[in-house]
Amino acid sequence: MITDRPTLELRGLHKSFGADPILRGIDLSVARGEMVFVLGPSGSGKSTMLRCCNRLEEPDSGEIFVEGKPITGTGVDLNGMRQRIGMVFQSFNLYPHLTALGNVTLAMRRVQKKPRAEAETRALDALDRVGLKAKADSYPAQLSGGQQQRVAIARAMALEPSVMLFDEPTSALDPELVGDVLAVMREVRAEGMAMLVVSHEMKFAREAADRVVFVDGGVIVEQGTPEEVFERPREARTRAFLGRISE
Amino acid sequence: MSSFSDTFLNMDVLARYAPSILKGVGVTILLSVLIVLTGVVVGTLLACLRSFRVRLLSFFIVVFADIFRALPPLVLILLAFFGLPNIGVVLTSFTVLYLVLALVLAAFAEEIVWAGITATPKGQWEAARSTGLGYTQTLGYVVLPQALRMVIPPLTNRAIAITKMTALGMVIGVPDILGQATTAQSFSANASPLTLAAVAYVVIFLPLVVLSRWLETRFSRGAA
Amino acid sequence: MDAIIQQFFNIDIMVQAWPLLLRGLGMTLLICLVVIPMGLVGGLFAALGSVSHLRGIRWAAIAFVDFFRALPPLVLLIFLYAGLPFAGLRISPFVAVVIGFFLNNSAYYAEIIRAGLLSVHKGQTEAARSTGLSAGQTLIHVTLPQALRNVLPDLLSNTVEVVKLTSLASVVSLGEMLHQAGLARSVTYNASPIVLAGLIYLVLLWPLVRVISRFERRIAS
Repeated sequence: MITDRPTLELRGLHKSFGADPILRGIDLSVARGEMVFVLGPSGSGKSTMLRCCNRLEEPDSGEIFVEGKPITGTGVDLNGMRQRIGMVFQSFNLYPHLTALGNVTLAMRRVQKKPRAEAETRALDALDRVGLKAKADSYPAQLSGGQQQRVAIARAMALEPSVMLFDEPTSALDPELVGDVLAVMREVRAEGMAMLVVSHEMKFAREAADRVVFVDGGVIVEQGTPEEVFERPREARTRAFLGRISE
Repeated sequence: MSSFSDTFLNMDVLARYAPSILKGVGVTILLSVLIVLTGVVVGTLLACLRSFRVRLLSFFIVVFADIFRALPPLVLILLAFFGLPNIGVVLTSFTVLYLVLALVLAAFAEEIVWAGITATPKGQWEAARSTGLGYTQTLGYVVLPQALRMVIPPLTNRAIAITKMTALGMVIGVPDILGQATTAQSFSANASPLTLAAVAYVVIFLPLVVLSRWLETRFSRGAA
Repeated sequence: MDAIIQQFFNIDIMVQAWPLLLRGLGMTLLICLVVIPMGLVGGLFAALGSVSHLRGIRWAAIAFVDFFRALPPLVLLIFLYAGLPFAGLRISPFVAVVIGFFLNNSAYYAEIIRAGLLSVHKGQTEAARSTGLSAGQTLIHVTLPQALRNVLPDLLSNTVEVVKLTSLASVVSLGEMLHQAGLARSVTYNASPIVLAGLIYLVLLWPLVRVISRFERRIAS
């Protein structure tokens, strides 16, 4: 089905933990081939927003659409839906008991029910795209943090999702390993993936993002091109935040 | 010295009763294997069931595990062996010993495996669920393999401790090593069969005790 | 259902057996009071031996621990009680139980304390010695307190096992609780006295079992 609706669309998303409102009405869309960067102080709700997108957190109200199809509400095939939404975590979360190849093939074999040979061919291809084909038989403990995160990206990409979520993908990495991961993310974008990224890599956001979204207090305060948000922020809260982190 | 060896290492007595004690070795090993297999499998299944967090089900699992961990196995053995026939359930002494010890091991294994499941980082669940794996698939393919690996040392220790309890079978007449040896001892009026029994147990269990220590150092080094 | 209540939860029989069981409970507690401290002390020495710098002592301690961890306690008990008399060495059931459990408990406590000692960072000893503490002072004031705290759940769990183990004394006719319950059962042909003994064990041990579970989960997380 060809549609001109965005790949990922959030409408009126609300979420509270107990009495604390975390998200207070988020409307956001990510188009095919677009990399959207989410900035905001810690506790602003940006990670919760990301985790609502594949319903690791259940939103209290609001709607989410992937390729125009609703994924919120009852009667949604949760596991089928998650195949179309890749996620990359801050702490990698690779399965320590499986090799890099085993990490990538698990969902292909058990959810997509692909035969072993086909799953492995695709997995090797995905590992090749993140530059780690040679490490297919290594266990996570034998890989550096940057390598682990690249395997995690391959694990998500191998399922051929239509959108990918990145939850602070470089925050747990030593500075010298960040570059490799960002390079892989650039390539994923070049392939036309819709990407929603929560990160503190300002320089990367400036260079690579199509759009920057500033979130504070559970709402989107402002959004625009990196140039608009970084050079000419309209809102005082944005200016204050950018001022703090550039110090 | 000669009276000592006559009493504890009397060759004539040993030769006469060695075959029956050897048969006891077979019974002890058979029982041990059955108990370990059943106990570990049932305990792991219970721990998995508990992870679904159905309140009533978890409650019963915890009560079962607590009771079978708090009661001396000999109490359970006597209850099953002498009590059940009064309500029409007649089991052989072998079956009673097998069932009781398998359930005791299952109770301990449930607690140990459950601790392993809860110790598996939340991120593992999230990563697996984010790729579309269902709850049961995540448990089976991602969490349980890690949990089991984590709990191998305590599980091994517990399994050894409980299989050693097969010696309790002597009380209800199971022809295991100790059962055979006490019978032989009373027939021969000589302690040598008991010596042989002790040797047999040490020969069977010493390698396992050494193995469990090796596992412990290996796994703790792996974790560090 | 009626038959089950009649055969396992017969209140009349339980009431009759109560005084007998209470006397047995006294013996059970007495055994515990004697063998638990002895086991802890024996275990401490065996544990210290097993981490000694002297190879001979280390090997002897490890051999002791492994041997008595491999030998079922009931085998040891019967050997002491029924075997030694053939050599003219007749000991009372109580003495047999104390010796047997001392050897068995020492081995188990030793293995736990040894793990605790090994878990204390080497820097702790170095720091203590650098301030002029002697080896003995370092052990008593620095190493041992940390070691014991690290393995407290295991020590507690093993102590529960020791209390349960005292039921083995019934096999050598020492009148502890299970033995008394067994007597009452053989007189009444009814399992209720054993159920009652079980209930008393549960009252004694269930709280400890709960505490241990809580401990283990806290350590896991």
